Amino acid sequence: MKKALAAVMLASALTAFTGLSGVQAATPKDMFVMATLLDEFTSLDPGEIYELVPEEYVANTYDRLVRVDLKDPSKFNGDVAESWSASQDGLTFTFKIRPGLKFHSGNPLTADDVAWSIQRTALLDKGAAAVLAGIGLTKANALQNVKKIDDTTVSITTDQRYAPTFVLNVLGSWPASVVDRKLVESHAKGNDYGNEWLKTNEAGSGAYKLVKWTANDSIVLQRFEGYRIPLAMKRIVLRHVTEAASQRLMIQNGDIDVARDLSPDDLDTLSKSGVIKATAVPQATLMYLGLNNKNPNLAKPEVWEAMKWLIDYQGIQKNVIRTTYKVHETFLPEGFLGALNENPYHQDVAKAKALLAKAGLANGFTVKMDVRNDYPYSEIAQAVQANLALANIKVQLMPSDNKQTLGRYRARAHDIYIGEWSADYIDPHSNAQGFVWNPDNSDASSYKMLAWRNAWDIAQLTKETNAALAESDTKKRAHLYEKMQREVLAKSPFVIMFQKVSQVAARPGVTGLEVGPINDLVSYRNIRKQ
Amino acid sequence: MSTVTFIERVRAMSAHRGGVRIALALAHWIAMLVITFTGLLAITFFIGRKIPIDPVLAILGDRASAGAYAAARLRLGLDKPLIDQFVIYARDVLHGNLGVSLLTANPVIDDIKRVFPATLELATLSTFIGIAIGVPLGVAAAVKHNRIVDHIARVIGLAGSSVPVFWLALMGLLLFYARLHWVSGPGRIDPVYDGMVDTRTGSLLIDSLVAGEWDVFRNAFSHIALPASVLAFYSIAYLSRMTRSFMLEQLSQEYVTTARAKGLPERRVIWRHAFGNIAVPLLTVIALAYSYLLEGSVLTEIVFAWPGIGSYLTGALLNADMNAVLGSTLVIGATFIALNLLTDALYRVFDPRTR
Repeated sequence: MKKALAAVMLASALTAFTGLSGVQAATPKDMFVMATLLDEFTSLDPGEIYELVPEEYVANTYDRLVRVDLKDPSKFNGDVAESWSASQDGLTFTFKIRPGLKFHSGNPLTADDVAWSIQRTALLDKGAAAVLAGIGLTKANALQNVKKIDDTTVSITTDQRYAPTFVLNVLGSWPASVVDRKLVESHAKGNDYGNEWLKTNEAGSGAYKLVKWTANDSIVLQRFEGYRIPLAMKRIVLRHVTEAASQRLMIQNGDIDVARDLSPDDLDTLSKSGVIKATAVPQATLMYLGLNNKNPNLAKPEVWEAMKWLIDYQGIQKNVIRTTYKVHETFLPEGFLGALNENPYHQDVAKAKALLAKAGLANGFTVKMDVRNDYPYSEIAQAVQANLALANIKVQLMPSDNKQTLGRYRARAHDIYIGEWSADYIDPHSNAQGFVWNPDNSDASSYKMLAWRNAWDIAQLTKETNAALAESDTKKRAHLYEKMQREVLAKSPFVIMFQKVSQVAARPGVTGLEVGPINDLVSYRNIRKQ
Repeated sequence: MSTVTFIERVRAMSAHRGGVRIALALAHWIAMLVITFTGLLAITFFIGRKIPIDPVLAILGDRASAGAYAAARLRLGLDKPLIDQFVIYARDVLHGNLGVSLLTANPVIDDIKRVFPATLELATLSTFIGIAIGVPLGVAAAVKHNRIVDHIARVIGLAGSSVPVFWLALMGLLLFYARLHWVSGPGRIDPVYDGMVDTRTGSLLIDSLVAGEWDVFRNAFSHIALPASVLAFYSIAYLSRMTRSFMLEQLSQEYVTTARAKGLPERRVIWRHAFGNIAVPLLTVIALAYSYLLEGSVLTEIVFAWPGIGSYLTGALLNADMNAVLGSTLVIGATFIALNLLTDALYRVFDPRTR
């Protein structure tokens, strides 16, 4: 009896096991599944979010007034705006809204929703409000400066004259997404403008609507049948897969259509074997060293220049980061208005030593470098450590979690910081403001951009940044940025080394995923599968 | 005074004393529980507040205005003295409010209801496999001491304590998922099946069985099979090593020799006599192995993109999401205590001396 029972159990176990064999996945034809990193999501509210992948979610679930043309960043296409114009004085921009638009809820999308959405982001005054503050829209003036003229017209007034492309870039970014006022207000609690509800819900009119967000696991989007252009994909699923090796196996097996975070080795192998088609897209993200001027040694211009001559840019790129970054030494990424594609620095130890001697540091010095303990930061930091050691600069690495290194950086408590800077929108001001704008170098400053964090007091460059921002002639503006980049290349406590390159790995037959230089410009609208 | 009355009074007194004893034991137990939980909360809270991570950065990003930054600090109560922050938190916990997670924007309790069952399902299945294979293997290794089975058990034991789980998990994926296609890949379920069954217990296997959704069950099983087997490997290694050692000790005892001398069948000597005597320590070992898995095997969860409490807690810790950290710690602590109680109760079943 016992033997018979054992036999039955064994047989059922075998059946269960063999039943599993042949598990071979392939995603359905109208479903697009992508492996990416979803751990940055802390909210789904476009008026609150301030991280890269969440911007991508908002870009595909919400519309905005305009969107920048990926093929020519000096041009803009209307999203909910049909047309727009600027006043003679260049301060007021008037937008005509397309008629007949609807939200996912079925509510009509009117000028009132557009104006209220922009006011809402400013009034909420969370991370995203910093982008609108770029054109002078703040909590204090949003209600006066953003107005609904009639059901199809909105006007927005800036605090000073800005380059029109800059204003459109800001209004074409995620903080200016149009939210369904009626729906959001019905969920408002006290003075929160519906923020608590919208943190985990969606109220947009974009190509896709949210079905389900499971934090740190997945996001499921469904085609908005009322959208103004046809969409091939019925469902879009974003899956949180942190481990690059797991992403590789999943795309190899057909469980996902696109992997966004493959390692350079995996990209090579899979591309060569024809399993994937990799597309390289330069990103508006720069990796750099920030040298804190509070450290007397790091405040010397000769030391800044010596460090630029000590880094083996090509070697690090070739051996460590390969296809995922390219050498780039100026503060405007490739593709931006006025970007200089010049990389004058290369490793020249003799020149660096001479500069250090001139600074009175012929015997080198010891310095600490804060580095986040993730790939590729730690690896690059080690290479930089070896490079600087060639001129007796002894670097002590201080590895810790990203939030910790960032905390020390914002408190100006670092010596050298190795990190990245990403543009919020593809206008040169986003980076100029970061690297070369520091109106108040005191510890109590409310503008804690990169120049401030490195205690770099630059009255002249700050003035130049403001002038370039106000210049409405595109050619002249580009010229101003070129000049500033040369100044920063020659003399600045920033050793800008690399520009990030996004490698999008797609299975054969998957086309149309548009990846721009920033996540806010990633579009799922034209994805197709054969 | 008649003898009967005297005996009745003695009985009543001892019953009364027994009641008092039980009440005292209960009070002692509750006091211990309160102290344990308060200590757990306090230590986690203060460590969490002292680590140099700024939770405001996790919410606002690093370019927010000074005003927005100050407002967020105020909203999170970070401007108050540490002790006040702790008192407010402890009071909320007593009212059943674990707060809202900064990272997921959900009430922590809802997050835990989602992630803990995923870990529970994985840990339970792994422990079942671990017991089913590890215990018999340990017994066989002890009985066939220094023979082939024993060598195999020792190799598994050695591998279990030296092979990194991360590596084994990746190798498992490479072989059984990418090459042989026997199992499904990372994640709990394929996107096509996601959301097809209502959440009742949080265990996809049980929920799909209850709903009669066989396709969902098969898919969920094909996803859990590999991570559960990987974790089970470590349970097998540990349980077989411990069982072998317990059994070796028992088999050298005189009562075993006596039983054999009396002519009892070998199977009865091993399973009834020797194994019966190791049941109690083995229970402790199994409970320990199970509670270890319930903490959430972070690396396994990362490789298999398994949305369990281990990865949830780690993410929360790295972003100073203290409500989530404390909530998870409480749940894990409570699970430990519950497992201890269960083990105590099982002692009483298996060991008459403890009754």
